Amino acid sequence: MNKDFPPYLHEAYRATVLRAPRRPLIQVPKTLSEVTGPGPTVSAAASPDTDLTRNGGAGGEAVGERIIVTGRVIDDDGNPVPDTLLEIWQANAAGRYRHRRDQHHAPLDPNFLGFGTCLTDENGLYRFTTVRPGAYPWENHPNAWRPAHIHFSLLGPAWTSRLVTQMYFPGDPLQELDPIFNSVPTDAARERLIARYAHDVTQPAWALGFRFDIVLRGSEATPFESAEPSRAAKR
Amino acid sequence: MKGRDLTPPQTVGPFFHGLLREGLNMLVAPKTLGDRIRIEGHVYDGNRTPVSDAMIEIWQANARGHYSHPADQRVASLDPAFAGFGRTGTDEAGHYWFETIRPGRVPFGKSGDQAPHLNVAVSARGLLHHLFTRLYFDDEAAANARDPVLRGIPEDRRSTMVAKKIIADGKTVYRLDIVLQGQDETVFFDL
Ligand SMILES: [Fe+2]
Repeated sequence: MNKDFPPYLHEAYRATVLRAPRRPLIQVPKTLSEVTGPGPTVSAAASPDTDLTRNGGAGGEAVGERIIVTGRVIDDDGNPVPDTLLEIWQANAAGRYRHRRDQHHAPLDPNFLGFGTCLTDENGLYRFTTVRPGAYPWENHPNAWRPAHIHFSLLGPAWTSRLVTQMYFPGDPLQELDPIFNSVPTDAARERLIARYAHDVTQPAWALGFRFDIVLRGSEATPFESAEPSRAAKR
Repeated sequence: MKGRDLTPPQTVGPFFHGLLREGLNMLVAPKTLGDRIRIEGHVYDGNRTPVSDAMIEIWQANARGHYSHPADQRVASLDPAFAGFGRTGTDEAGHYWFETIRPGRVPFGKSGDQAPHLNVAVSARGLLHHLFTRLYFDDEAAANARDPVLRGIPEDRRSTMVAKKIIADGKTVYRLDIVLQGQDETVFFDL
């Protein structure tokens, strides 16, 4: 397991207590099954839906502070990951998801679905238009609030590149109180989950810009194949 | 160690329904080659309580053991009617299912092969990082005994990755429960 990654058991995040495996993960050889993956085929069939301010289905525009979220998807060698699908989801500007299990007493926005998709271009660039999500309460501990965040899901080039994560906003005082954000063990790694305000992305009289780059595990071109799992091949 | 630091994962949380487009757990089309099978099971936590908000993803080879991916260059064995990816959420009972085909044998090394298997990823609220495992088939005992991944797993835990065949309403069904924690905890991989 990568030293910058959260452990499965992080007791401050209560839901991990009964869901984190207690047995150590087992190293296995990396085969054709792991160096391939669904990303290329799924991405090729995807139709992007990048403007979350207008895809609510009610014909109008979502309420909230309009923002542009853009960045590059690269692999751990620094190469761009082109033509790859990103799926994002988030609460509306009031901090409410359009989901039957979200009982937060904040208004739903008929013009905000809270889900979007984008494909990276040949340089690995993606770009969404959305509204800044609100913070929302949750039941982890008394007076618990999630900092504003956008969920990201990428399949990437290989089965082992799969990434599900959350993007946070700069200067949010709720981050230091949030057990999910703080499950990431190092300052440097937590910083990588925080988008930067990007004035060059900000569009005059239209929307504020944020930049969030994503680094995926690459598709190692050839499978590592020997009868014994390799310790050297592992990071 | 590679040059760039990876973006750390975070939990999928409870509100990922946007990822579950309709039909994503039906991998077969009328023209898909191969034997139709149903994969199903439950996801449980450390108290054996059903996990009703898990997301299960599968990635598998086609009936000839070919992956629909550029790194698999045996183009002649591609099935244009089979992509090999499925995704679903568990229901209130923690139940999941996929309609798919039995995968063929995938090569391993220069001359070997792997037992038929599905690659499985589990995400959920309370999982800060998804979990990887595999699903094998209990009627492939000989191939399973030679499989390079299964052989690396302690023998008493291998059965947590082997689905059991039943026939229900004339359909071939393979059942495998995924146990996140505790007794009969599923084997998860450090990939
Ligand atoms: Fe969230």
